[in-house]
Amino acid sequence: MSLGTEQRPFDPTDLRATGSARWADPLFRTISFAAGISVLLVLGLMIGSTTLDALPVFQYQGLVSFFTTSEWNAGSSRNELTGTYGAFAFIYGTLISSLIAIMIALPLSIAVSLYINRIAPKRFRTTLAYTVELLAAVPSVVYGLWGLLSFTPAVLLPVSRFLSGYLGDVPVIGRIFEGPVPNTNYFIAGNVLAIMILPIITAIAREVMAQTPADQIDAAYGMGATDWEVMRKVILRRSFPGIVGASMLGLGRALGETIAVAMLIGGQQRWGISIFFAGQSMAGHIASTFQDAAPETVNALIAVGVGLFVITVIVNMLARVLVWRIGRVAGDAAL
Amino acid sequence: MSATLSPEREHLSLRTIDPYTRRRKQRSRFVRGLLLAAMVVAVIPLFLILIEVVRRGWPAMGWEFLTQVQPSGRTPGGGYVHGIIGTFYMVGFATLISVPVGILAAIYLVEYGRGPLTGIIRFFTDVMTGVPSVFVGLFIYALLVRQIGFGAFVGGLGLSVMMLPIIVRSSEEMLRLVPEDQRAASAGLGARKWQTIMKVVLPTAAPGLTTGAMLAVARAAGETAVLLLTALGSLQVVNQFQGQPIASITLLVYRGARQPFAEGQQRAWAGALFLMVMVLLLTLSARYISSRSRR
Amino acid sequence: MTDPDPESALDARPGLQKRTVYEMGTAPVSAEVGAAVFDVEHVDVRYGGNLAVRDISLRIPKGEITALIGPSGCGKSTLLRCLNRMNDLIDGASVEGSIFYHGENIYAPEVDPAEVRRRIGMVFQKPNPFAISIYDNVAFGPRLHGLKKGLDDRVEKALRQAALWDEVKDKLNDSGLALSGGQQQRLCIARAVALEPDVILMDEPASALDPISTLAIEDLMRQLRGHFSIVIVTHNMQQAARVSDRTAFFTVDMQKGIRVGELVEYDRTETIFTNAGDERTEAYITGRFG
Ligand SMILES: Nc1ncnc2c1ncn2[C@@H]1O[C@H](COP(=O)(O)OP(=O)(O)OP(=O)(O)O)[C@@H](O)[C@H]1O
Ligand SMILES: [Mg+2]
Repeated sequence: MSLGTEQRPFDPTDLRATGSARWADPLFRTISFAAGISVLLVLGLMIGSTTLDALPVFQYQGLVSFFTTSEWNAGSSRNELTGTYGAFAFIYGTLISSLIAIMIALPLSIAVSLYINRIAPKRFRTTLAYTVELLAAVPSVVYGLWGLLSFTPAVLLPVSRFLSGYLGDVPVIGRIFEGPVPNTNYFIAGNVLAIMILPIITAIAREVMAQTPADQIDAAYGMGATDWEVMRKVILRRSFPGIVGASMLGLGRALGETIAVAMLIGGQQRWGISIFFAGQSMAGHIASTFQDAAPETVNALIAVGVGLFVITVIVNMLARVLVWRIGRVAGDAAL
Repeated sequence: MSATLSPEREHLSLRTIDPYTRRRKQRSRFVRGLLLAAMVVAVIPLFLILIEVVRRGWPAMGWEFLTQVQPSGRTPGGGYVHGIIGTFYMVGFATLISVPVGILAAIYLVEYGRGPLTGIIRFFTDVMTGVPSVFVGLFIYALLVRQIGFGAFVGGLGLSVMMLPIIVRSSEEMLRLVPEDQRAASAGLGARKWQTIMKVVLPTAAPGLTTGAMLAVARAAGETAVLLLTALGSLQVVNQFQGQPIASITLLVYRGARQPFAEGQQRAWAGALFLMVMVLLLTLSARYISSRSRR
Repeated sequence: MTDPDPESALDARPGLQKRTVYEMGTAPVSAEVGAAVFDVEHVDVRYGGNLAVRDISLRIPKGEITALIGPSGCGKSTLLRCLNRMNDLIDGASVEGSIFYHGENIYAPEVDPAEVRRRIGMVFQKPNPFAISIYDNVAFGPRLHGLKKGLDDRVEKALRQAALWDEVKDKLNDSGLALSGGQQQRLCIARAVALEPDVILMDEPASALDPISTLAIEDLMRQLRGHFSIVIVTHNMQQAARVSDRTAFFTVDMQKGIRVGELVEYDRTETIFTNAGDERTEAYITGRFG
C-alpha cells in the first residue's frame, strides 16, 4: 500500500498490537456480548423472580384449581396465604375479549391488506399503509380513554343494545347476546382491542401477500381470472400460513393488553356467557386491584401474571414459527 | 401451408358474455367495493381518535395545564405538570439505559454473532416484544419494588425493559443494511474491528438507529401498565430519583378518565392530547428521518 | 433516417413488397396472410408516458406460428402482452392504436380483458405452475370458468396435447413444482391449452430450459401448430428458424436519445432468414449466427 506523505491515514505501526489497541478489540467485543446476553438475562430474571413469588400461591391453591375455579377472595395477610385464588374468570375474560378482537380484526386486516396491496392506486399505497400503521402508535391509555368516554357511548353501546335486542331472544345462541348491556363489557373491550391489533395483523399480512410471486399472479390473470379470483385462489391461498401467524401475533397482543382492557371490560371478578357481561381479564385484574392488594394478594396477582405470560409466550412463539418463513416484518407496527 | 388448420371454430364475439362469467365479474366488483369499505372502516378510528382528543383536550390545554399540578376533587383548572415531569424523567432514564445496551446488543448480533447463540438471542428478543407490559411491571415489582419501594428509578427500569427489544430489533435491521464493502474498505485501511464499527458502521447506520430509538421512546412515553406497578403515581411534583411514588402523564390520564366529574375527565383529555402530540411527533419524525436517509 | 413516406405505408399490402426497405412506421401490415387472428394496427405502447414501442402494424395468421425477434428491449414482450391485454395489469402502461382479434377490437371499451385472456392463452418465460397438484394446475382455468363436469377428460386431453400425459399420468396428485423445469413448462402449456384458447402467446418459453427440454417444447409447438395460432417471442435465432412460419423483426430506434422499439420487417421465416430485406435484420441474424 502506498500512501501520500502529507497525511498519515495509515501507519504500519498501527498494525502492531501495542497499548490500547491490544485490548480495545476484545474489550469492545466483550461489552457488546454482555449487551447481547443481557436480553436473555432480563428474560430469565423476569421468569425467575415472578415464578418464585407465584409458586407458593400455586401450591397453596393448587395449580388446577387456580386456573379452573373462579372464586377470587383476596386475603389480607402480610406473610401467609389466607384468601381463595381461582383465576378462571379472568382467564375467560382474557380469552373471550381477545377472541372477539380477532374475529373482528382478522377479516378487516385481510381486507385492508388486499385493498392496499392489490386495489389502491400505487401512489396511495404507502400513505394508506402508514395511516393504518399509525394506529399502533396510539398509546393504550388513549384507546382506553377514547373507548370509555367517546366510542362506547357513541357507537359501541348502541350497537351492543341493538345486537342484544335482536339476538338475545334467539333460542340457543341467545345466551351469548343476552342483556342487560352494561357500559363496559367483554364486547366493548374486544372491539377496541380489535382496533389496537389491526395494524400488526395488517402489516404482516401485507408483507406475506406481497411475497406472492408476480408470475403466479400473471398466470392466473392470463387465464382470465378476475381480481377477486386472483386474490382468493392465488394470493390468499399462498399466504394462509403467514396470515395465521399474523393473527397469532395479534392475538398475543390482545391477550396481554392491559390498560385499555382494564378500562373497558367491566370489572366484576366473575365471568358470564354473554359477550355483554362486565367481566375482567387477567391483565385488567392485575392493573385494577394491584394498588389495594395485601402482600399475599400481590403474590396471587403475580401468579395470574405468570399464567398470562405463559399463554402469551406460547402464542407468540407459535406465531414467530409461522411467520419465520417470511423473515422479520419491517415497520413500527410489528415492533 | 395452412392445410393443417384446425376445423373452423366459430368466433364468438368477445362481448357475448355468458351468465356465469357475468356473475364472476359482478362478484369481483362487489368484493372490490367491500375491500374499499373495509379500508375506510379501518382508518376511521384513527381520525375519530385524533378529532376527539383535540376537540375535548384543547379547552383544558394551555400554560396552566403544563405548569400546574392537578387540584383535588372537582376543582377546575390545574394541570399535569407532575405527570409531564415524571414521564420525561423516567423515559429519559430508560432511554439512557436501553439505547446503549440495545445498540450494543445489535452490534453483537450483526458484527460478532456466530452460531446458535445469535439465533437464540434474536428469537427471545422477538418473544420479549410480545411480553405483556403488565407482566414487566410485575417483574420489576417482585424484583425491586418490594425491597426499595416505588420511584422514578424502578419506573425507568421497567420502561427500559419495554424499550430494549424494540431497540435491539430495529438497530439490528439497520446495521445489516450497512454494505459489507464499507466494512471491508475500512478494514483495508488497517482499522480494527471496533474502529470500523465506531467510525464506519455506526455513522452510516445512524439515521436508522435514531429512528428505532425514537419509536422506542414513543412507546415508552405512552406506557401505563408498567408504571402502575413501579411508579405508582403521585399528586405532587417529585424529583427524588428513588423511594417516592412518581406520576406520569399516562397514569394521570388513566385515573382521570375514571373520575366521575367532568373537570377530571377534561384534564385526562388534555393529557391524552399531550401524549398524542408527543407520540405522533416522535413517530412521524422517525419516519421522516428513515425515509430521507434511505434516499 | 427520414420521415415516413405515407405512400409506402399505403402500399404495404400482402405480398406486394417483399424485400423493400421499410422506413419506420411503414412496415407491411402483413405478408400474404390469409385468415388472420390478429390485425395489429398502429399500436403505440407507453409505460408511464415513455414511448416503448411505436406504430406497430402487423397481421398475424391463423393456425401458424409467428415469431417475434429482435434485440433486448425492442418491445417484443410489450407487444405480446398487448395481444391479450396483460399490459392492463401494469401500472402506467397505455396502449394506443387497435388490435383486432377476428375482426373485433380487443381494446374497445366494452370488451372485458378477462374474456380476452380466456380466449388467448399465455405461457411465460419462467415456468410458473401453482404450488398445487398437477391435476389442479391444469384444471385451474376450466374451474375458474365454471366447468365442473368432464374435468378429468379435459385435464387428460390438455396434458396429452402438451405431450406430458405419459410422464405424469401416475402422479397427477403430486405438486406441480415437483416436476423438472421442462416438464413444468409443458405443464404451463397444458394449463393454457386446457382453456381451449385459439391463440397461445409464448414469451421466450424455452429460455429458462436446458437444450433437451427446449427441443421438447419446440416439438410440442410444431404439434400444436394448426390447432392453435401461436405467437412466440424468442432470442434464439435457430429456434425462430426451426419452428416459426413467419417472423417479425423488431429493433430499438435510438433517435433523439430515446429508445423506442419498432417493427423493421415481417415476412415468411425463410425469407427473413435467407433473404432479409433490411440490412439491420440481416446484421442481427448473421451476428447471432456468428
Ligand atoms: N413494466 C414496465 N414498466 C416500464 N417500462 C417497461 C416495462 N416493461 C417494459 N418496459 C420498457 O419497454 C421497453 C420494451 O421492453 P420489452 O420488455 O417489451 O422488451 P423485450 O423486447 O421483450 O426485451 P427482452 O428481449 O429483453 O425481453 C424497454 O425499454 C423496457 O424498459
Ligand atoms: Mg421480453
